[in-house]
Amino acid sequence: MAFDSKIPKGEMNEKWNDYKGHVKLVNPANKRKLEVIVVGTGLAGASAAASLGEMGYKVKAFCFQDSPRRAHSIAAQGGINAAKNYQNDGDSVFRLFYDTVKGGDYRSREANVHRLAEVSTSIIDQCVAQGVPFAREYGGLLSNRSFGGTQVQRTFYAAGQTGQQLLLGAYSALERQVALGNVTMYARHEMLDVVMVEDKARGIIARNLVTGELEKHFGHAVLLCSGGYGNVFYLSTNAMGSNVTAAWKAHKKGAYFGNPCFTQIHPTCIPVSGDYQSKLTLMSESLRNDGRIWVPKNKGENRKPVDIPEEERDYYLERRYPAFGNLVPRDVASRASKERCDEGYGVGTTKLAVYLDFADAILRYGKIEAGKMGDHSASEEALIKLGKDVVKEKYGNLFAMYEKITGENPYDMPMRIYPAVHYVMGGLWVDYELQTTVKGLYALGEANFSEHGANRLGASALMQGLADGYFVIPYTLGNYLADEIRTASISTDHPAFVAAEKAVSDRIETLMNIKGKQTVESFHKRLGLIMWDKCGMARNEKGLNEAIEQIQALKKEFWSDVRIPGEVKGMNPELDKAGRVADFIELGELMCKDALARNESCGGHFREEYQTEDGEAKRDDENFSFVSAWEYMGESDWKLNKEELKFDIVKPTQRSYK
Amino acid sequence: MNLTLKVWRQKNNQSEGSLETYQVKDISSEMSFLEMFDVLNEQLIIAGDQPIAFDHDCREGICGMCSMHINGRAHGPWTSNTTCQLHMRAFKDGDTIVVEPWRSKAFPVIKDLMVDRSAFDRVIQAGGFISVNTGNAVDANSLPIDKKNADDAFMAASCIGCGACVATCVNSSAMLFVSAKVSQLALLPQGAPERESRVLNMVAQMDKENFGNCTNTYACEAECPKGISVANIARMNKEYLHASLTTES
Repeated sequence: MAFDSKIPKGEMNEKWNDYKGHVKLVNPANKRKLEVIVVGTGLAGASAAASLGEMGYKVKAFCFQDSPRRAHSIAAQGGINAAKNYQNDGDSVFRLFYDTVKGGDYRSREANVHRLAEVSTSIIDQCVAQGVPFAREYGGLLSNRSFGGTQVQRTFYAAGQTGQQLLLGAYSALERQVALGNVTMYARHEMLDVVMVEDKARGIIARNLVTGELEKHFGHAVLLCSGGYGNVFYLSTNAMGSNVTAAWKAHKKGAYFGNPCFTQIHPTCIPVSGDYQSKLTLMSESLRNDGRIWVPKNKGENRKPVDIPEEERDYYLERRYPAFGNLVPRDVASRASKERCDEGYGVGTTKLAVYLDFADAILRYGKIEAGKMGDHSASEEALIKLGKDVVKEKYGNLFAMYEKITGENPYDMPMRIYPAVHYVMGGLWVDYELQTTVKGLYALGEANFSEHGANRLGASALMQGLADGYFVIPYTLGNYLADEIRTASISTDHPAFVAAEKAVSDRIETLMNIKGKQTVESFHKRLGLIMWDKCGMARNEKGLNEAIEQIQALKKEFWSDVRIPGEVKGMNPELDKAGRVADFIELGELMCKDALARNESCGGHFREEYQTEDGEAKRDDENFSFVSAWEYMGESDWKLNKEELKFDIVKPTQRSYK
Repeated sequence: MNLTLKVWRQKNNQSEGSLETYQVKDISSEMSFLEMFDVLNEQLIIAGDQPIAFDHDCREGICGMCSMHINGRAHGPWTSNTTCQLHMRAFKDGDTIVVEPWRSKAFPVIKDLMVDRSAFDRVIQAGGFISVNTGNAVDANSLPIDKKNADDAFMAASCIGCGACVATCVNSSAMLFVSAKVSQLALLPQGAPERESRVLNMVAQMDKENFGNCTNTYACEAECPKGISVANIARMNKEYLHASLTTES
């Protein structure tokens, strides 16, 4: 199996330009003969499908929701990074590249990250051209704000719904191509397998979720833009339907899985309130621009937060990390909050929460507004009112979301927050061209492992999804398809398609015939608990081994005792869920094995046995400076392939945000 | 709390549907409405019955998939709120809650509470975009945009495409949805080159889709989970009139 990252030679800041200058091209007439399948229509999928359709390829796009605009990219809140340096505060392509490699705790591929920084500026230009309504200053130019892990203001945003606006931009471009006939959209369809003809990916088996029928689809190439697998933890900020199925099927057909245990726990989410909880809700990192995180200095504190004076508050992020304060990267912030709660300083009924407090920011903004009006003698009450209006403009929808869920008013009292699973840096292994180890099979966006190393910085997922779809795949896909122009579309009556469809159909029949006693949801919850307890924020050898045994046992139980009501024909959401949970169970085992094999701590992967004296992640660069690319060999059986990482520009050091 | 639910059940698009009654017990007031439905569905599956099919995904009020008419109101009793954001503290022990899908000829029922909203995608396909290919853009800051227009465009762009406006409207009009998109792009200079054709084409598609006409009841704005303003409808009427009068042929 080819396992070459295909990083171009040359100086770091010339690799991508050289690549583009020499890459094979497909002429316009030939593009019209080539068919491309895109699975998933989030930022990566919609931008890829739209761009490839514009170029003249025949695109088929698939999503399991009722419309491409429902992809979970829509929920991203805080912003998108780009190295524009509009704020004149020291940003540059190099700075963004450096911050991202460091933020990833030196476990990503420099060349990919540098390219990401290079194209980041074009993304903003494209979005503005599409009519994405970014926030603007009074002079009419774009606004920026800060995000974690950096000291410049490079994040572009649209209040607290940047993801929605970016996705709607890509969605509108996609719909234009649908109207022009360049893209055929298959909504309410779920990809259930990759079809291999000889050694190339040549299509997919998709299930029409309304009729229950299977369909065979040919493509000269297949792009998986199917998002992340955070739902393996059951509780995460992902949407209910988010799943690993498309990537997992690819993995079983030969696509290596990269760094599966690199999962991101976001520090500021609304805490769990009960057993019935179905998901966790994110409170954007952008809030950490203005909110201050603290816990009471006294254990067993019973007073309301507003009654606790300053001296009795522990602003622990500011205390431990003076240089970055509340804006330390997510892994650092999450572990710090967990540490305080484990030590007994947590707040709320469960004591598994900390405060995110806006009182100071409200007063500060109030003073600025009063100053603008020339009023230097306003009462504190008046200042607070002015300040609340400013906060409402910046974060309004986020504050409203918080209130709906908790019933508490975050304008008058601090928010209670706790870390939650949010994003996965791991995913299908891809080379510089975003191709997996299966020829003709590509992975874009959160579905692939690249660029974020062991920890993703805020506002960079939106950047990566759009970079992959708008500005990378249009070039790299041509390099592969240029050699496919003589390949006529293969009929879906080809034995490979028929066999693949039968295999999927057999699996569905097997699932339906188990007719056990336990619901799909109950298995999912149990898996989630094992993963959160033993493969979550802090991992150790004993726990991981236990988890692997427990998951193997859970798998046997699932396949002998799951109950799926209804029929194969027609709409059956329980059957849809069952297939996804079956795949999550297998993924969970791989994640634990990956965490067990990586005897170091880096980014979001924290092995208790490998930490510094002050509780920070302790990397072992000598032995673990590689990407773990797992190859599926059979049930519960994987082979570890290593992609050694070389750092030419950003030399690995102990990551410090002090 | 213990509650009685009357839920619309319909096997598929061709079948007749009806309201079925269910009892749920020990529902925590901190649960969300859909979490209560999860509890009910688990109950039904264990009893060997068919769970209730309903659209949902993000459960945080942004994707626009959830679409339940609760006690006669689209998305339930709270203001500026989606079905998934509704929490059980809105109800009391012993309440009866009637749950139905969106009712509109333009949104055929697929199963139980799920409807087909592809009409919305078709309206967007007719013109809800700016025709710019990838790679053609000038520097993002070369076009300063008046902050008020930028903010109003953003407010119009907040539409999540859930269809509550259509469902709540006595005429099943889609004017709020269409006008939100038309407004966003009419307020921004990037939308200027296609301003006339966009509104004419989108309205033409809207008319083809079995939506009704607008009679200015303002129910749509009242129920919209994102608070989209009927001012957008007024703006679209102006855009439509202008385009109709100035477009040649």
